[in-house]
Amino acid sequence: MKLRVRHTKLGKVRFTSHRDTARHWERAVRKSGVAVAYSAGFTPRPRMSFGLALPTGAESLAEYLDIDLIDDITLADLSVDDLCIRFGAALPVGYEVTHIVPREAGATSLQEDVVACTWVITLDGVSTDELVDAVAATLAASAVMVQRERKGQRSTDDVRPAMLDLSVAPATDDDPRPRLCAMVATNGRGLRPTELVGAMFPALDPVDVAARVLRTQQWIERDGTRREVIPAAPVAACALPERA
Amino acid sequence: MTSLWARVEPLLARVQKPARYIGCEDGAITPQHGAGRVSWLLAYPDTYEIGLPNQGLQILYEILNERDDAVAERTYAPWHDMEALMRQRSVPLFSVDTHRAAGDFDLLAFSLAAELVYTNVLNLIDLAGVPVRSDQREPHHPLIVLGGHCAFNPEPLADYVDLVVLGEGEEVIGDITEVVRGWKASGKTPGSREGVLRELSKVPGVYVPSMYDVEYDGPMLRAVTPKYADVPATVHKRTVADLGQWPYPKRPLAPLTEVVHDRLAVEVFRGCTRGCRFCQAGMITRPVRERPAAQVKDLIERGLQHTGYDEVSLTSLSTADFSGIEQLTRGLATLGCGTPEQAASNVGSNLSISLPSLRVDAFTVGLAGQVSGGRRSGLTFAPEAGSWRLRQVINKLITEEDLYGAVESAFSQGWHRTKLYFLTGLPTEADSDTLGIVDLARNCVQIGRRHTNRASVTVSLGGFVPKPHTPFQWFGQNTTDELRRKVQLVRDAAQRAKGVNVKWHDPAATLAEGITARGDRRIGPVLERVWRAGGVFQEWSEFFRLARWEEAMAAEGLSVEWYVNRHRDEHEVLPWDHLSAGLHKDFLWLDWQAALAEHGLEDCRWTPCYDCGVCTGYGIEHVVASPVPPAGGSQGTGQDLARGGEVPVALLTRRPEPVAVPASIEAGAAT
Repeated sequence: MKLRVRHTKLGKVRFTSHRDTARHWERAVRKSGVAVAYSAGFTPRPRMSFGLALPTGAESLAEYLDIDLIDDITLADLSVDDLCIRFGAALPVGYEVTHIVPREAGATSLQEDVVACTWVITLDGVSTDELVDAVAATLAASAVMVQRERKGQRSTDDVRPAMLDLSVAPATDDDPRPRLCAMVATNGRGLRPTELVGAMFPALDPVDVAARVLRTQQWIERDGTRREVIPAAPVAACALPERA
Repeated sequence: MTSLWARVEPLLARVQKPARYIGCEDGAITPQHGAGRVSWLLAYPDTYEIGLPNQGLQILYEILNERDDAVAERTYAPWHDMEALMRQRSVPLFSVDTHRAAGDFDLLAFSLAAELVYTNVLNLIDLAGVPVRSDQREPHHPLIVLGGHCAFNPEPLADYVDLVVLGEGEEVIGDITEVVRGWKASGKTPGSREGVLRELSKVPGVYVPSMYDVEYDGPMLRAVTPKYADVPATVHKRTVADLGQWPYPKRPLAPLTEVVHDRLAVEVFRGCTRGCRFCQAGMITRPVRERPAAQVKDLIERGLQHTGYDEVSLTSLSTADFSGIEQLTRGLATLGCGTPEQAASNVGSNLSISLPSLRVDAFTVGLAGQVSGGRRSGLTFAPEAGSWRLRQVINKLITEEDLYGAVESAFSQGWHRTKLYFLTGLPTEADSDTLGIVDLARNCVQIGRRHTNRASVTVSLGGFVPKPHTPFQWFGQNTTDELRRKVQLVRDAAQRAKGVNVKWHDPAATLAEGITARGDRRIGPVLERVWRAGGVFQEWSEFFRLARWEEAMAAEGLSVEWYVNRHRDEHEVLPWDHLSAGLHKDFLWLDWQAALAEHGLEDCRWTPCYDCGVCTGYGIEHVVASPVPPAGGSQGTGQDLARGGEVPVALLTRRPEPVAVPASIEAGAAT
């Protein structure tokens, strides 16, 4: 039985890394007592595979992983709600397991399947007007060049193609700061939230500007239609239309 | 009194490993502070990854938080990047549990495992916003407390701390809490700090350095004497008589990020009487007190369920000496925390057991093979000296047969790599002893090559630092040049020995350790100078510079040779003579003489008492379940094990395994 799990990662726990998240799940699976399948070999590990890495420091409403249960168990034997609660209770504070579904037959890995994700980024030191202008200017540009460095290699890339959609989300009552909604492509090298903010506000320090970074959705394509990996109710704060 | 989180949070986007600063571990407690509760901030003066697994700190954290008159939180040394941001933005040292300012606690207590962290202690006191010198503190400042093995010679830090706890903390922290609670209730009025310290100085196990006068006679120490009649002339350590009464930690902390010992740890016994003469841990933690096997099993089961770990480390100074270790590990092998069916069918999450501080014999290795869950990363043994003669001097009585049997057993069971710990610069060590290290390693490789072509042996060489309260406390440490020469001897010889690799600790760091290990109060200003010159994290080789220490010694007019390299004589007043781990000074002196005469001393756990002073002085006894020494090897205790070893005492002892390898960062897991 193969499961696909959606969960949140919110609050202080966002300062743990993607590798740490894998560690949290490994321990949680053992604590939960759920009959998870293990790899063979000298050091058996619970059979799990994780989706796109969430940058350390970013929060998320839409993290995914695949978990294999031992063969003769099906979801019919288990209540989904109960499973969500058992995993959730075994995970650190800040995780909530929101959805568990059977994985489609023949589904590719999350890493290959996901084509885009949506971020809501709360901005410090930028006014709503400045954000509206920056969104318009960026969308109007035919190319947006950023210099970045990874593994010691400096490169200058056009990141405009990765920006599938940009918009401004309304401020909320408890936080007047403007928020940027961005759907970015995840294939190829991808575009980190801080790189996106740096590209839109080149004169500012993106680490200061991107005060809160929240992943709200991850998208896959089926029959030419983009949809969430496991659809959830739209996020009220930033209701992006689903687009073909 | 409020959380600093709102000021800490923005810094975390700019530092490496921000998870060091967030707390949130499984097992962490959300404490309720209040006027009637004494608040402790327990500090480990090294990084989070090194400090979090510390068992002593976890035990005290839990015991204090179970009291209704105390709360405890934790803190660790912020890494350089975080410290720079904190200082730039005036964020003081904070707890990781609720991000409360260190200065808001009643006590700031440091656990000290090694001398090179002393400058971090000064740095953390300063970062807490507290004056570093104790005589400049006001009643509202936290009381600065030291504990841990280094507390047995706290003199270099004497002018910087308020109180020092000798020995085990389980009971004494309650006594301290009660005194501080009274002081807190009285409002900590101006001038009251000295009063509470005087009260605390009467608590057994508590040493208040400011209550003592120190007299010198030229460079020599003449006496350390109490200022008042009601302050004890000698402070004795505290020892828990029965480990079974302290089943802690019950809710071990499982961190959210990677730490050095990322597994469940359960302490199976405390103390060690193997009597290795270089080993301070074995001398100051006597007698041996085993935890009941049933309780060990219970702590493991509950700990696994609570943490989700699949690996447990059975900790002690020499775990193979635990009575019935075989039965215990066999009973654990099918434990795990998957479903009962999984455990029963051996599917999935089988438990892996690690045994740190392995004794050197085939039995022990067989045991390690059975329980390691198939992991064969490497095995570490500590013969400590290259010749039988020298091993008699240091009383680490491992025969070559023991070692070769252990190595044969390891390679035949699938291990490819073996690591051998040695000390160099030991008393009476001649070049033939030093070179014997390479002979042993070469022979071990040859044994290994019979089983695998990949067999390799790594020799890890540490410079010997004589430690207080050991028979070697009178010995003059080798000079840095001499240690370098000996390391070079080993390296040169090893170049001609295929499969033998050599790693060594920097003799310069060994010198700094020597300055602090047997230092007196005049070393305090040296530490302060090293710290002010930027010398923190001194056990991290990338941040260590000997020149800082040498300049500081020169600036204080102190001689490195006098403090480090000089042999002491029998009648010299030692800086820690007013502090007692229970060992008679004349026992230590006789043992020193026996060492020079190359006489080994038996483990008193299974043989009659030779009156080191601890059991008789404190009215406590060894608590050892088995009246006979363990099967399959004696680690050369000199006992005639063939006889079957019945012992005329009802409750017995064993002898320790040395783990006192200096510069302790990597002295961790055995595999």
